[in-house]
Amino acid sequence: MSKHEITTIIGLEVHVQLKTKTKLFCSCSAAFGAPPNTQVCPVCLGLPGALPVMNEEAIELAIRAGLAINCSIPPMTKWDRKQYFYPDLPKGYQISQFDLPICADGYLEITDPEDPDSIRHIGIIRAHLEEDAGKSMHDEQTGKSDTRIDLNRCGTPLLEIVSQPDLRSAAEVKEYLTQLKLILTHLDVSDCEMQEGSLRVDANVNLHIRFDGKKIATPIVEVKNMNSFRAVERALEYEIERQYADWEVDGLTIEDNPKTTRGWDDVKERTFVQREKEESADYRYFPDPDLLPIRIPAERVEELRQSLGELPRETFARLQSQHGLKPYDADVIVNQGPAMIAYYERVSELSGDAKRASSWIQQDVMRTLKDRDVSIDDFLVTSVQLGELLKRVSDGQLDNTRARDVFSYLLEKESTVEQAIAALGIEQVDSSEIDALCQALLDANPAVVDDVRGGKVQAVGSLIGQAKKKNPNANPQQVRETLLRLIGK
Amino acid sequence: MLDSAAELLRLQENGDLTAVEITEKSLSAIESSEKSINAFTHVAAEKAIETARRVDAKRAAGEPLGPLAGIPVAVKDVLCTSDMPTTCSSRMLKDFLPPYDATVVEKLRVADAVIIGKTNMDEFAMGASTETSAFGVTRNPWDTDRTPGGSSGGAAACVAAGNVPLSLGSDTGGSIRQPAAFCGITGLKPTYGRVSRYGLVAFASSLDQVGPMAWSVPDVALLLQAIAGFEPRDSTSLNQYVPNYSEILQTTDLRGLKIGILSESSETEALDPAIRKAVQDAGEVFRSCGAELVEVNLPHSEYWVPTYYVIAPCEASSNLSRYDGAHYGHRTESIDTGSEHGPLVSAYCRSRDEGFGAEVKRRIMVGTYALSEGYADKYYNQALKVRRLIKGDFDNAFTQCDLLLGPVTPSPAFRIGEKVDDPIQMYLCDLFTVGANLAGLPAISLPGGSDSKGLPIGIQLQAPVLEESRLLFAAGAFQTATDHHKQRPQPLTETK
Ligand SMILES: [Zn+2]
Repeated sequence: MSKHEITTIIGLEVHVQLKTKTKLFCSCSAAFGAPPNTQVCPVCLGLPGALPVMNEEAIELAIRAGLAINCSIPPMTKWDRKQYFYPDLPKGYQISQFDLPICADGYLEITDPEDPDSIRHIGIIRAHLEEDAGKSMHDEQTGKSDTRIDLNRCGTPLLEIVSQPDLRSAAEVKEYLTQLKLILTHLDVSDCEMQEGSLRVDANVNLHIRFDGKKIATPIVEVKNMNSFRAVERALEYEIERQYADWEVDGLTIEDNPKTTRGWDDVKERTFVQREKEESADYRYFPDPDLLPIRIPAERVEELRQSLGELPRETFARLQSQHGLKPYDADVIVNQGPAMIAYYERVSELSGDAKRASSWIQQDVMRTLKDRDVSIDDFLVTSVQLGELLKRVSDGQLDNTRARDVFSYLLEKESTVEQAIAALGIEQVDSSEIDALCQALLDANPAVVDDVRGGKVQAVGSLIGQAKKKNPNANPQQVRETLLRLIGK
Repeated sequence: MLDSAAELLRLQENGDLTAVEITEKSLSAIESSEKSINAFTHVAAEKAIETARRVDAKRAAGEPLGPLAGIPVAVKDVLCTSDMPTTCSSRMLKDFLPPYDATVVEKLRVADAVIIGKTNMDEFAMGASTETSAFGVTRNPWDTDRTPGGSSGGAAACVAAGNVPLSLGSDTGGSIRQPAAFCGITGLKPTYGRVSRYGLVAFASSLDQVGPMAWSVPDVALLLQAIAGFEPRDSTSLNQYVPNYSEILQTTDLRGLKIGILSESSETEALDPAIRKAVQDAGEVFRSCGAELVEVNLPHSEYWVPTYYVIAPCEASSNLSRYDGAHYGHRTESIDTGSEHGPLVSAYCRSRDEGFGAEVKRRIMVGTYALSEGYADKYYNQALKVRRLIKGDFDNAFTQCDLLLGPVTPSPAFRIGEKVDDPIQMYLCDLFTVGANLAGLPAISLPGGSDSKGLPIGIQLQAPVLEESRLLFAAGAFQTATDHHKQRPQPLTETK
């Protein structure tokens, strides 16, 4: 697009809703989707006299998330009030963390989209806890300017993860979000569902342009209102193009224009101005006198670190080194989450064939899961069954076609692999039987014999098909070998 | 008769009086004095009688009764009550009915107390005269031209007027102790965290504390016992053992006790000579009980008031943000839809402008300013540092003595209207009381005599954190040795 050398600079603020049973400072349920204003109490409504009590589970989830993104956890953290007026903020302030966030100085490893063999470290400045606000719903149907407010979300725990401006393209942003979601869902810290609002992304983006031997920075834009990873990617692609095009026309730089906020319109596929000039908001932060500072002993952090187990990036590496999978295949399996990883590893171990296990899971298993809309936890073919089935394939007892018949049978009827094989009438065919079958076919097809002798070995293929028709249990590999032996090749 | 809870408990046990009779007496006392003093924002006559009936029925059935059975108690209107409005004496909350009881109110109910009504106060507890109430001033039963003090003015006046034996107040900078002094009764501000703040409408969260008011130390101890204790709904509540506060009263033997006399406060020019004399006399009473008097100083005491008047408004400005007319409370009826800041901002501004009184607005503005970017370090953060020094002074003083003795107020009750237009003069009423709030200490105000006009004078004892027992022990001895707490104002006539 450009005549100049440009570097894209993107930093992200990601809010994830922590999967606590209750809200951050009261015992109301934090579940999504309840009727408006049914999950509220004096505390989250901010009624006079009500007081917050910190939810320990949120602290634990935040520390786990922080450790997984390589943050340090300070020995002491505290709560601050961030003050502003808005109808969905009933106290007139949000309880957040200002100068002592619970997690600081981390990084996230992502695969470079330009070069799948190299890894990039995206810096994380901080991750802090805060309570969510409610939701304003503007009633456009009635034509009146009514605004209704649902305070169910008020007080649900959020972790705001702020990255360094280390991301260099929309594709990197997508990869960063994918990795972040993978880690947080793996740890069961958050559902990370953008549609439900349990993951929200604000992106700060501008361009560094080399021009006349100088480096010029375009004005920073904060992009909001993106409700899927795809939308984030497209919004940023759009914004990068737009900033360059605008700069070519108006030549405005960061010095000319302070930060502006733009929203993403998913239908029109473009960003639009929301706020021209970022008002210098003064939130008048101060420590919340209703809450005590939180001490986090180093031993507790260590304990939580131990409890993290293997993280997705580590599994990704191990599936390659230990199971010999290609990065692509390892990636597909890791992306399915911990249950699928465990399923794969069991199948791989029992079948003794890591690659066959991988390809069966990626094709047969995942397709069935998708078609039937079930999760691997509820899948009818257990890892033990599939492992046993694939072992028989590896041992040459079953061919792929027959194995698929067994797989289909297991999906319909509860039975062992053994029983399925019996029920389908699959049996090992005696080698003398195969010999007789092959000899009969060769006798009936002298032309094939000539072709093979003449060097066209692939000509036996047609006979293998006929053999399968005559005896469905005949193993094609065995038939092929027998035919060639009898021809004398 | 309504001046002693202990006596009323005894009379009920002996069968000489029923809870209903007591409650009726209380209600009729209120009715006859209310026109003169305006101590209540709400009187719950029917509910009180109902509660009293239940208490009598329980007693008749031989069921176990709570420690405050059948005792009328007045509750400051800053404490949430699920069955009565909770207004904070503000137009903003004029019709606010909380969906829940404050913890201390729950505890009163469990103790079988009869909650008689809600008492008038300075708006949102901001003031020292009850003149900032949106529902009219409360007058001092000793002289109805004078204020009862504040912010718990109604709470003190209703005891002094003989309406109820027990009253709950709240104290952020002296709001229990100063009205107690002005009205000649006893009032205790507990250690920060001793009593749950859940359901206490916040003024300055790090300073607020609920406490008991009554004529005498034993009654104060009785009410403190009923409300003290850890509560998980208040994160700043202290998870510490609650001693039996009544156990050690009724002695005049204070041998071994060292009482510190504050050299700074006795030298302050602002101090009324009659009060200086009352403090000296009190020192002599303690000495005669066997206590040793030592001189101590609190070097940073001159910074108490400035520090307090930064921290308290900062917290208040934040705590009062929630009153924006959007969810409950006063909402303007005249939104300026053409406002340059839009209708929402107009609705906020007008609702708050109409809902809050001048003193509340003043403190919100001071606090907002002091927390603003560029000023927070100069004011709020600086005040926090000084607060630590002030605490350090007290820690240091308590290595030299067990209790501190001093005045409660610079002067006895002043006239209504005398200071209301001069905030600085009003703020100086807190000169001797805010230290205990800044340091989180327990402190008690005791009747210590009267001036030449017959106005009551209070003396103050302060103790280390969680040493309420020590405070009550010495205060009890003082009242055993003196009869200042037995003085009563002239009965009020309805004509005034
Ligand atoms: Zn709640």
